[in-house]
Amino acid sequence: MGCTAERLALALRAAAAVIAVHRDELVELDRAIGDADHGENMHRGFTAVVAKLVGGGFDTPGAVLKVTATTLISTVGGASGPLYGTAFLRASTALGDTSEVDGPGAAAALRGALDGVVARGKAEVGDKTMVDALAPAVEAAKAAAEAGGDVAAVLAVAAEAGERGAESTVPLVARKGRASYLGERSAGHLDPGARSTALLLRALADEAGAS
Amino acid sequence: MTIGLVLVSHSARLAEGVAELAGQMAPDVPIQPAGGLPDGSLGTDYDLVSAAVERADRGDGVVLLYDLGSAQMTAELVAEADSGARKLFVADAPLVEGAVAAAVAAQGGADLDGVAAAAATAVGQAGGPEQEFAAGAAGARAEPTAEAVAEPSRSAEVVLRNQVGLHARPAALLARSIADLQAEVTVTFRGTEVDARSVLALMGLNAGGGETVTVQARGADADEAVQRILDLAERQFDE
Ligand SMILES: Nc1ncnc2c1ncn2[C@@H]1O[C@H](COP(=O)(O)OP(=O)(O)O)[C@@H](O)[C@H]1O
Ligand SMILES: [Mg+2]
Repeated sequence: MGCTAERLALALRAAAAVIAVHRDELVELDRAIGDADHGENMHRGFTAVVAKLVGGGFDTPGAVLKVTATTLISTVGGASGPLYGTAFLRASTALGDTSEVDGPGAAAALRGALDGVVARGKAEVGDKTMVDALAPAVEAAKAAAEAGGDVAAVLAVAAEAGERGAESTVPLVARKGRASYLGERSAGHLDPGARSTALLLRALADEAGAS
Repeated sequence: MTIGLVLVSHSARLAEGVAELAGQMAPDVPIQPAGGLPDGSLGTDYDLVSAAVERADRGDGVVLLYDLGSAQMTAELVAEADSGARKLFVADAPLVEGAVAAAVAAQGGADLDGVAAAAATAVGQAGGPEQEFAAGAAGARAEPTAEAVAEPSRSAEVVLRNQVGLHARPAALLARSIADLQAEVTVTFRGTEVDARSVLALMGLNAGGGETVTVQARGADADEAVQRILDLAERQFDE
């Protein structure tokens, strides 16, 4: 079974709850190599997203992603605002007006999200950013979709790869974003944006992938 | 033609301060600070930047300048979302120097490309007057052409009769006084020659009160350019 607009909206509300639970953790990660606001930024953004989604009335999963994008852009405040905003916007574009997301659709949406983040922030894998979580997730999703996986299967492997990708940022020296000002001192810490990406992917896999 | 400026910063006070600084040299240019989040905390706010662009645009276009990376992303997002309705350009430039250079270029009547170029070529002052200064009203300047060589030229020694010499305000007045003229104008002090339309470069000369500088102009309006600068100095830069 594919993922409808309704289910996706539920999944994003679940993602918002996960962000709320991990808010302080994200703040602490950002305190180590940034300005200690990533948890607050994400919490503020996703709280606003939930407020937009509660009414329902979205025809397509693409429409749900689009309102998520514009809300994040307007409310997040930090670098992650335009980055996640562009990611959700491109994911929305990738879905077009399909009414149910299937395995290949989910893989394409993730691909769009990654392309958006890279277009906006110009980071590459290894720069210690959310790209380090998202890029392997996109690769894994692509492989799973090509092997015939459904939404649940595609999102599950993406979430797993995203978590591993986030962990891979620990030894890295940041080359993009605020943490790059720290140079070598940024090594030894988990990147907050990579962590939030992994959290979002996991929440989407658990909810949007469920049937 | 008046290009507007929007200063995108994480800090409301930083944006306001830079707007104040740049505005001193460009009284007729709409300069809109867009800093901080609505609740007063640090960050960049998409809606705030969009609204600032709207206020800064007189129909000729707006150049956006930013402080840190995420402010750049917000500025670019605003420019993209506008999708051609307005003429917008996000300048990759140091915020303070870029804003001053862009403001002066806009005051001189430069178009969007000219203001953008002025911002993009603005450099810091740390290297002192020996450094090459590329900043200034690049767009407002008449392109030097082959004919220019045959065009009238004039030079004069100008005594800086005001107290502070070619400090920020006098430098801005000087650059502005010749902005609309068809002439290449330079100011030379102690062996360093700079573009008279570049406020930053003029300031970089460190020519103090009582000093004498050499003004050279070439082009159709060479006489007028030198005369205006002489008059300005005579009036002690209206101090
Ligand atoms: N240029 C970029 N490309 C990709 N991701 C980036 C970039 N700059 C920052 N990030 C991500 O954003 C996260 C920080 O987000 P946040 O704290 O909300 O914004 P800010 O850095 O403005 O305080 C970083 O941990 C990193 O993953
Ligand atoms: Mg931060």
